[in-house]
Amino acid sequence: MEPITAFSGRMVALPMRDIDTDQIIPARFLKTIDKEGLGEDLFHDWRYDSQGRPKPDFILNQPSAEGAAILLAGDNFGCGSSREHAPWALMAFGFRAVVSTSFGDIFRNNSLKNGLLPIIVDETTHSKMLALVEKDGSAEAKVDLPEQLLRIPGGPEVSFSIDAFSKKCLTAGLDQLGYIRRQEAAIAAYEQTHPANIHTL
Amino acid sequence: MTKARTLFEKIWGDHIVTHEPNCPAVLYIDLHLVHEVTSPQAFQGLRDRGAKVFRPGRTLATVDHSIPTTDRSLPIIDPIAARQVDQLRINCRDFGVPLYDLGSGHQGIVHVIGPELGLTQPGITLVCGDSHTSTHGAFGTLAFGIGTTEVEHVLATQCLLQHKPKTYEARFEGALPKGIVAKDLILALIAKIGIGGGTGHVLEYRGSAIGSLAMEARMTICNMSIEGGARAGMIAPDDTTIEYLAGRPRAPQGADWERAVARWRRLPTDEGAAYDRRVSVDVSQLEPMITYGTNPGMGVPITQAVPEPSSLPDANQSAALRKALAYMQLEPGRPLLGHPIDVVFIGSCTNSRLSDLRLAASLMKGRKVSPKVRVLVVPGSEEVKRQAEAENLREVFEAAGAEWREAGCSMCIAMNGDQLEPGQYCVSTSNRNFEGRQGKGGRTFLASPLTAAASAIHGAITDVRTML
Repeated sequence: MEPITAFSGRMVALPMRDIDTDQIIPARFLKTIDKEGLGEDLFHDWRYDSQGRPKPDFILNQPSAEGAAILLAGDNFGCGSSREHAPWALMAFGFRAVVSTSFGDIFRNNSLKNGLLPIIVDETTHSKMLALVEKDGSAEAKVDLPEQLLRIPGGPEVSFSIDAFSKKCLTAGLDQLGYIRRQEAAIAAYEQTHPANIHTL
Repeated sequence: MTKARTLFEKIWGDHIVTHEPNCPAVLYIDLHLVHEVTSPQAFQGLRDRGAKVFRPGRTLATVDHSIPTTDRSLPIIDPIAARQVDQLRINCRDFGVPLYDLGSGHQGIVHVIGPELGLTQPGITLVCGDSHTSTHGAFGTLAFGIGTTEVEHVLATQCLLQHKPKTYEARFEGALPKGIVAKDLILALIAKIGIGGGTGHVLEYRGSAIGSLAMEARMTICNMSIEGGARAGMIAPDDTTIEYLAGRPRAPQGADWERAVARWRRLPTDEGAAYDRRVSVDVSQLEPMITYGTNPGMGVPITQAVPEPSSLPDANQSAALRKALAYMQLEPGRPLLGHPIDVVFIGSCTNSRLSDLRLAASLMKGRKVSPKVRVLVVPGSEEVKRQAEAENLREVFEAAGAEWREAGCSMCIAMNGDQLEPGQYCVSTSNRNFEGRQGKGGRTFLASPLTAAASAIHGAITDVRTML
């Protein structure tokens, strides 16, 4: 994984609350066996009509969405299914961070493991950001992961929280599996003292 | 004296391999269930690293999501689904993972086969790349859904990195009124706490009403924990749990069984243990529940009308309800009872077990489903199908005019060709009414197997209590 430090990017707003992962990527696109091409199907059923043509009124089809890096989403974004295809599709489209007032637990975990930053802000900051994007579709925000700061043009710096371990992995581009594999001796010791009751073979 | 602990805290504490400062805990996973949809990229990750599956004997795979529920002697028509199923076969062969394939006699929805084999046991940790893994919590198991990267972690190390969640007690007290079943209890709870209400928490369901439920009903409750935002939901093991597990093929046997039971008896939450949050539901006041919107929190007692968006206190919620009702083409203030439907789906990891099918069959016996309605009955596993057929439930369903199909996830997730047409209305025993969940443009009313069967017969949303 590429290390993440600081980046700037335009924002796109999808302010409705409770957007579930079935909307982010409908289930019929989960029959793939790799991660390729998922950006095309991001928000598929909101983005395209029944003939597969882009719906001009959907935000991701508007010129302002081209090259956008930050998705400004409503509360409880990414609830529902555990499909990791949701962060894969968001990243394939070009998003590097999602800002909301809260996230579904599994989506949040999956995002952190892929380098898509789930940033939680309070309602006041969220409203300010929405108002800003509504006024100026080309407004850019800056995300500074080492400093844990979100810089909004014309607004204050907002600090956000992230667990120390995820931050360390993301800023150094480290794979979390490497950390677990280094606990090999502890895992072996655990298995010695906790014999298996489970036999699937 | 040791500190009073909850069921969750006991299992959590017993599975920590290491927990270094400023790091998540390394949690040992006793059982890992695998299916075709969320595993291919994880196995590919192992190949790319030259890694093996660390504990194949703690791993079990089956096919459930993208497989057809039609004649099993025919090939899978959808080439993309066929390739995904084949890839799981290749992965299981290459990595030595046991696979319950189509026709093995044990294939089925992951959350149906784990319990019926006796692999889902109290006190263990269990994960699967599927958010409804919470189902297994009915046994006093710490069970939750994970993403594909985490599937790879568990395949490679049998461990997961986890931050400790908070605890949430959901107490159900009182006697269940006639016509009220487990699905109504959980839909009522989700309507009360909202779909984000349990985020960051593990739910523990307690109280006299939970104690009175059979294991399959408890699985229905735990299954929908994720619809309340909680990754896991649990019920402490008791006599009902132990009776269910006794003699199951993969449950401990002989002296191992006695030792296991003694261990399981120590799992229930200690008296005086504290929860981070609490909620309670008076079961005696419940009516059959049904959803009207596009998330599982948008549910009401079946005799109520479609809510008015303007009646909600929060502008975001009003906007969400307006959008949901526009999708559902439902008018605020109109009754839900009598709303015409096109399809009824009885199945899914929520309600596809033998007792669910018995509930539906009890209403359909000697009756016909409405000629305007297509009714799909999809057993949760090959074993459930066999048992249902041995009880002549197939004859009951077919005589009523319903389709009796092969085991799988089917129209709950609509990946396999079993799907709604745009605009169709469906009363479904599944767990999600999200836009397009049962097929693009399809509209879902979530309800119990009793409500689904009653509605199938009348061709419209029906209060089952009028038929009992």
